[in-house]
Amino acid sequence: MAKLQKDELLSMLRKMEDIRNFDNKINQMVRRGLVPGMTHFSVGEEAANVGAVAAMHEGDLLTSNHRGHGQAVAMEMSLNEMMAEIMGRANGSCKGKGGSMHIADLDKGNLGANGIVGGGMGIATGAALTQKMKKTGKIVFCCFGDGASNEGAFHECINMCAIWDLPVVFYCINNGYGISTPITSVMKTKYVHERAKAYDIPGVLIEDGNDVLAVRQALEEAAEYVRSGKGPILVEAITYRWFGHSTSDPGKYRTKEEVEEWKKKDPIEKLRQYLLAEGMASEAEMDAIREASHEAVEESVRYGMAGAQPEPESAFEDIFAE
Amino acid sequence: MIEGQETKVMSTRDAIILAQSEEMRRDENVFLIGEDVGIFGGDFGTSEGMLAEFGKERVRDTPISENAISGCAVGAALTGMRPIVDVTFMDFIVYMMDNIVNQAAKTRYMYGGKGQVPVVFRCAGGSGVGSAAQHSQSLEAWFTHIPGLKVVVPGTPADTKGLLKAAIRDNNPVIFMEYKAEYNVKGEVPLDPEYVIPLGKAELKRTGKDVTVITYGRMLRRVLEAADAARDKGIEVEVVDLRTLIPLDKDAILESVKKTGRVLLVNDAHKTGGFIGEISALIAESEAFDYLDAPILRLAADDIPVPYNHALEDAMLPKPERILKYIERLVERR
Repeated sequence: MAKLQKDELLSMLRKMEDIRNFDNKINQMVRRGLVPGMTHFSVGEEAANVGAVAAMHEGDLLTSNHRGHGQAVAMEMSLNEMMAEIMGRANGSCKGKGGSMHIADLDKGNLGANGIVGGGMGIATGAALTQKMKKTGKIVFCCFGDGASNEGAFHECINMCAIWDLPVVFYCINNGYGISTPITSVMKTKYVHERAKAYDIPGVLIEDGNDVLAVRQALEEAAEYVRSGKGPILVEAITYRWFGHSTSDPGKYRTKEEVEEWKKKDPIEKLRQYLLAEGMASEAEMDAIREASHEAVEESVRYGMAGAQPEPESAFEDIFAE
Repeated sequence: MIEGQETKVMSTRDAIILAQSEEMRRDENVFLIGEDVGIFGGDFGTSEGMLAEFGKERVRDTPISENAISGCAVGAALTGMRPIVDVTFMDFIVYMMDNIVNQAAKTRYMYGGKGQVPVVFRCAGGSGVGSAAQHSQSLEAWFTHIPGLKVVVPGTPADTKGLLKAAIRDNNPVIFMEYKAEYNVKGEVPLDPEYVIPLGKAELKRTGKDVTVITYGRMLRRVLEAADAARDKGIEVEVVDLRTLIPLDKDAILESVKKTGRVLLVNDAHKTGGFIGEISALIAESEAFDYLDAPILRLAADDIPVPYNHALEDAMLPKPERILKYIERLVERR
């Protein structure tokens, strides 16, 4: 892969900062009682999200899972509307009806987060069938966690895409745990991507899913393969979630040492070090990006706070399409 | 009901083929997907000949993967296609439940009114062909419990054509019920490609002043048989064919009940938790209650798994003689 230009790299850094600051902010707001429901955080998985979304072309589609903030932010969805939605406000992206687990931006190609583990896989398969039948040349990124790889949908959908040569990048963000269950304790192979063999499609491992450049390169190659009409591919990035599964998880199942060890592999710090070493950005420049990101997140909170609580009558709208 | 139309006598099966083919000619986004829909022509022959006309892209055979089939249909619908899923035996829909219940039904609502999922799940329900407990169920009530789904249950070949076309053109997920025992039943079917029956409209298949019988789907023929026998005994039965369970034509139900003051509800699904229990509650809670001259009666399949042997299979179902007996019971009550 050709070396990325500075503006490209700084744009990725900004999105990673946005993901972290956005979710850190929500975590604080949960404690202040400003978030009415369940949320799942992408902190620690910024590189795995931003690097993958960077491989998308205009018109490509993406399905997400319950931990969908990272992909949505990486796809430049409005932080304001996302924050308002997670706060349950009327000016949220889903008018306060979906919340964190149903963040979607159909106009930008994000077919939605999904509260059901493996729930996006069928949707990705169908979205890819549409691209093939309509000959759009566009492809679908199907993002899921390691836990979803043990769902029946994983087998059925990858097999279906494989036999029909459907354009899907199946992308497993392996953060090691399904709530409290280590993936290694519920899977006989060491990695998820090894299962690609069963479908006679390529399986790709990104050993350091916290290296945004490695993720981007692997996903660009994978996307190129899929775009060429050869059918689906299965890519796996190894990463870690810094927080619990959701806001209600105290994290009893992993040691402080393990979490601290992963925090040393901070994906944002890794990109900053790269930019410094390459002489492409100064500390001050990158700090300014962080500051701007903080400000954007604060602005999103102001937007959400200014939003009205939805009218109770609105609960009875939007059930059926005309 | 089909006066002034050019019609042809055909089976329910052929009415389904006709409806699908007309809609696929009309809209290139419509396609058929399911197990054995191609060269085999569908498990019940409901896509016979369609592969030759539309090709294997649009008459799409699948692996035996109900989860992927249903998920794929939902994803295709969300991105601009209009899939028709041949579920085959309705019992197999159990494997599709997540995609129907958690995805298709709720997507638009969860996204605050954005996006739509125009997909039809065609299900062959009911007993009557010796297919035993895992291939004979009528599960329509489950889907009426899920906001966001429409549930359509035609009882004649003509209604099958008109309602299937409406289901395909609808912008929402629709559970479309067919009956294995009805595929060979023949009737006059309008040939007009614009013969589309709006969803949510019941039809009076008979008018009468003495008793209302409310039914849908497979039991319609038995109810009509009983109504004709009742007429011979001087009892005028009004037969309300619901045709669509969701949206439900409440006005048609209540109007007829107010007119006759006596009501019998009939379906071929199990009695406990069946949809006719809901109709009973609807009547009891409405202003029509004051017009009742007798308690509301229900006739449904007994609460047992469907047995294999034909005699056993039919033993659990409402029969015309029994329907007639219930009609008489209602009339006798003063």
